[in-house]
Amino acid sequence: MSAIDTSASAGLALSTRGLSRSFGSLVVARDIELNLPVGARYALIGPNGAGKTTLINLMTGMLAPNSGQIVLGGQDITALSPQARVKLGLARTFQINSLFAHLNPLEAVTLAVCERRGISPRFWQNIAVNKDAIEEAYDILVRLKLGDVAYQPTRELPYGRQRLLEIALALATKPKVLLLDEPAAGVPQEESGDIFEVVASLSNDLTLLFIEHDMHVVFRFATHIIVLVGGAVFTEGSPAQIAADPGVREVYLGKRHHG
Amino acid sequence: MANPTPLTPQGYLLARTRWHPLEIAFWLATLLPFILFPNYLSLASQIAITALFALSLDIILGYAGVVSLGHAAFFGIGAYSAGLFSKYVWGEPFSGLLVAAALAGLLGYGTSFIISRFRHLPLIMITLGLGLLAHEVANSAHWLTGGSDGLQGVRTDPIFGLFRFDLYGKTAYAYSLAVLFIVFLCARRLINSPFGLALRGIRENWNRMPAIGADSRAHIRKAYTIAAVIAGICGALLTQTTNSASLESISFQRSADVLVMLVLGGAGRLYGGLIGAAIFMIARDQFSGIAPQFWYFWIGVLLVAVVMFLPNGILGGLSAIVARWRRK
Amino acid sequence: MLPPIFGVLFDGIAYGMLLFVLSVGLSVTLGLMNFVNLAHCAFAMLGGYVTVTLVNIFGWPFLATLPVSFIAAAVTSVVLERVLYRRLYRASDLDQVLLTIGLAFISVSVAAYIFGTIQQPIATPAALRGSIDFFGLGLGKYRLFLIAVALLVTLAMVIGLEYTRFGAQVRASVDNQRMARGLGIDVDWTFASTFALGSGLAGLGGSLAIEIVGLDPNFSFTYLVYVLIVVSVGGLGSIAGSFAAAMLIGISDIAGKYYVPELGAFLIYLVMVVVLMWKPAGLFGKR
Repeated sequence: MSAIDTSASAGLALSTRGLSRSFGSLVVARDIELNLPVGARYALIGPNGAGKTTLINLMTGMLAPNSGQIVLGGQDITALSPQARVKLGLARTFQINSLFAHLNPLEAVTLAVCERRGISPRFWQNIAVNKDAIEEAYDILVRLKLGDVAYQPTRELPYGRQRLLEIALALATKPKVLLLDEPAAGVPQEESGDIFEVVASLSNDLTLLFIEHDMHVVFRFATHIIVLVGGAVFTEGSPAQIAADPGVREVYLGKRHHG
Repeated sequence: MANPTPLTPQGYLLARTRWHPLEIAFWLATLLPFILFPNYLSLASQIAITALFALSLDIILGYAGVVSLGHAAFFGIGAYSAGLFSKYVWGEPFSGLLVAAALAGLLGYGTSFIISRFRHLPLIMITLGLGLLAHEVANSAHWLTGGSDGLQGVRTDPIFGLFRFDLYGKTAYAYSLAVLFIVFLCARRLINSPFGLALRGIRENWNRMPAIGADSRAHIRKAYTIAAVIAGICGALLTQTTNSASLESISFQRSADVLVMLVLGGAGRLYGGLIGAAIFMIARDQFSGIAPQFWYFWIGVLLVAVVMFLPNGILGGLSAIVARWRRK
Repeated sequence: MLPPIFGVLFDGIAYGMLLFVLSVGLSVTLGLMNFVNLAHCAFAMLGGYVTVTLVNIFGWPFLATLPVSFIAAAVTSVVLERVLYRRLYRASDLDQVLLTIGLAFISVSVAAYIFGTIQQPIATPAALRGSIDFFGLGLGKYRLFLIAVALLVTLAMVIGLEYTRFGAQVRASVDNQRMARGLGIDVDWTFASTFALGSGLAGLGGSLAIEIVGLDPNFSFTYLVYVLIVVSVGGLGSIAGSFAAAMLIGISDIAGKYYVPELGAFLIYLVMVVVLMWKPAGLFGKR
C-alpha cells in the first residue's frame, strides 16, 4: 500500500479509500471512496440494510475494515482505537440513544468535556473545582436548548430531548468532523425540524455527515448527497442531481416494492 | 433545596458533594459502641474492617460495574503481608499497613491488565479463577503462610508505642474505625472527582465511553488497583487486630460474603457496603449458635429476595421510599 | 506392561467425561440465553441425592436410579426457571450471579439439613466394581462405564442437535436469537426445554459422580468451580468446546494431583487463566 498522498487530501476533513468489510459472504462495505471537504454538510442516504451505520462504525473504529484506509485531516487513522479517533476530532452520534441513564445531562456532558481536557484521571480532585469544564458543558447544553433540564436524570427526559443530548455529548468532544446517525430517528415529524435546526446552527468549521431517511430534511439541509446501496456507493451529487437521478428513484421504489 | 436563587452549574455540582446531616449522624453513631456496647468492641472492630472491604468492592463493582468474585485475594495478600512483616521485620502497625497496601496494590495493578480486557461472564470467571489461584498459592506455600494451620507468631506493637491492643478490643476498634474513616474520606473524594464521574460513565454505558474519547480500560485498571490497595489495608487491619492470619482471609467464601453485604446494603452508594457489612456481621454474631450451613440458608433466601424485590439494596429501597414520599 | 502414565491418562479421561456430563448443559444454556447460572451444580447435587436415597433407603438398583435423577433435576429446574430465572433474562450479570449463588447456598443448607454433612456411601452394582486387566494396567470398570455413558450422552446430543427439528431450533436460537424469533421459533420454550435437558444431564452427572468424587452438601460449590472452568475454557454454547475443555481440565487435574500433589488445584486454575488470556471467548467460543 502506497503512502498517503497528503496533497490530495488537502482541504479534506475526512476521506476513505477502498474501505471494505464483510461478514463471511455478506459484504457490508464494498470499496467505499468518500471525501468530506472541511465544513461539508453531506447526507448519507440509502435503503435499509445499505450499510450506512456500518460505514459510520468503520470510520469511527467501532468495526475494523478488512481493507482500505481512513484519513482524518491528512492523517491515516485506520489503525487507531475509537477513543484515539475521538481525540483527533472525529465524533459520532448513535441511531439508538446511547446515553448515561442515571447521570443528568450536566454530568454526562461534563464527563465528555473532562475526557477531552484530560482531567478525568484525577481521582484526588473534587469535580466542582473544574469551573471551566463545567461551564463549557453547561454552555453546550444551553446551545442545544437543554439548559432547563441539565439537572434532571437522563432517563426521565422526553425522547426528543434525549436525541439532542446525543448531539451534545458528541459536541463536547470538540469534533472537527461529526457523523450523525439519524439524529431525528424516532422523533415525531413536527419535532424533527427542531433537531435539524440545531444541527444547521452548528459552526461552519464543523464538517458534517448525517444519515437521514426523510427526503425533505435531506434536501433542505444537505449540500451534497451520497447514496449507498448494498454496501457500495451507488451515486453521489448535489440534491438537484440526486432528485433527478432515475437510478436513485429505482432504488427507493424497488425497496418499497419489496418492503 | 433551601437556596432560592438558581444554582450555577458549578454550584450545583459542589452542593452534591457537600456533607449531608445524615452522613454526619452516621459517623457520630460509629462512636456509640465505645459507650453503649463496651463488651462488643471486638465485633465492632471486625465490622469496621469488613465495612472497609465492602467499600473497596463498591469502587469497582458499584461504581465501575466490574463484578469480581475474587476480591478476597487482595484482602488475603494484605493479611499475610502484614502478618509476615510483623513477624520478620517489626511490629509497628502503621508501617505494616503501608507495606500490605503497597503489595496488594502491586498485585492489583498487575492483574488489572488482565481483568480490564474482560466483561460479563469471562470477567466473572477470570476474577474467580485468580481468587482461587491466590487461595491455592497461600495454601501450598505452607513454609511461608502456615497453610491451613494459619500464620503463627504475628505480634503487633502498641499504636504510637502507647496504646496496646487490649482484650476488649477498645484499641482495635479505635484503630480500625480511624482507618475506615480516613480511607472513606479518600473514597468519597474519589467518587466526587472527575475520575469518579468517569467510572459512573463506564457503569452506565460501556459502549458510549470510547465515543466520547474515554479510555475505559485505563480507568478500570486504575480503579481496580485502588480497590486492591484498600482491600489490602483491610486484610492488614484484620491481621493486626487479631494477631493471626488464616486461609479464611483469602477464601472464596470471603469474596462471596463481601458481595452479599454490598448488594444487601446497596451498591454504588458509598454507604451501602458499610450498612450491609454492619447488618451482616451483627446478624452472624447473633446467630453464631446455629451451624454455618443454616446461616447460609438464610443468606441464600436473602439474596433471592434482594434480587427479586430490592434490586438496589436497602439504601436503594429507602431512597425510593423517600423520593415517593417527597413527591406527594 | 504399560507405564503408569497410561493409568493416569485413563483416570483423567474418565474424570474429564464426568466433568463433561456435568457441564455441557450449562454451556448450552449459557450460549442460548447468556444466563449466568451458578446453581447448575445444585441440580447435579439433587440428582446425586436422588440416587443415594433410592439406593440406600428404597433398595433400588443403581442403574435404575439414573433416569429418575435425570428427571428429578430436569423438573426442578423447569419449576425454578418458570418462577425465578425467566424474570432475570434481561437483568445484569450481577443480578443473575446473586440470584443463582443464593439458590446454591440454599441447596447446600437443605442438603445438609436432610442428609447431614457426611459423605454419602453408595453401593454400585457388582458388575461395575473392580477392574479389568489391560496389558498390566488395571482399568476401573466403573470408569469404563462412565466413559461409555458420557460418549452415549455426547452422541445423543450431537444427533439431537444436528438432526432433529428441536436441535435446529436450539442452534438457530444460539446463533441469532432475534432472527430465530423472526422465523417463528418459540425461543422461550426452546430455552426452557434446553434448560431442563441441561439440568437433567447435570443431575445424571451428579449421580455418576458419587462413586468417583463422593457426595456431600458442598458439592454445589466444589464442582461449580470445575464446571465454570470447563464452560469458560471451552467457550459458551459449544458442545465440542465443552468436550475438549472437560478433557483438558480432567487430565490436567488428575495428572497434577498424581505428579505434583503439593500444587493441589493450582494447575487447573492456571490452565483456565492462561486459556482465557489467550482466548477470552474460550477455545471454541465465537464471541
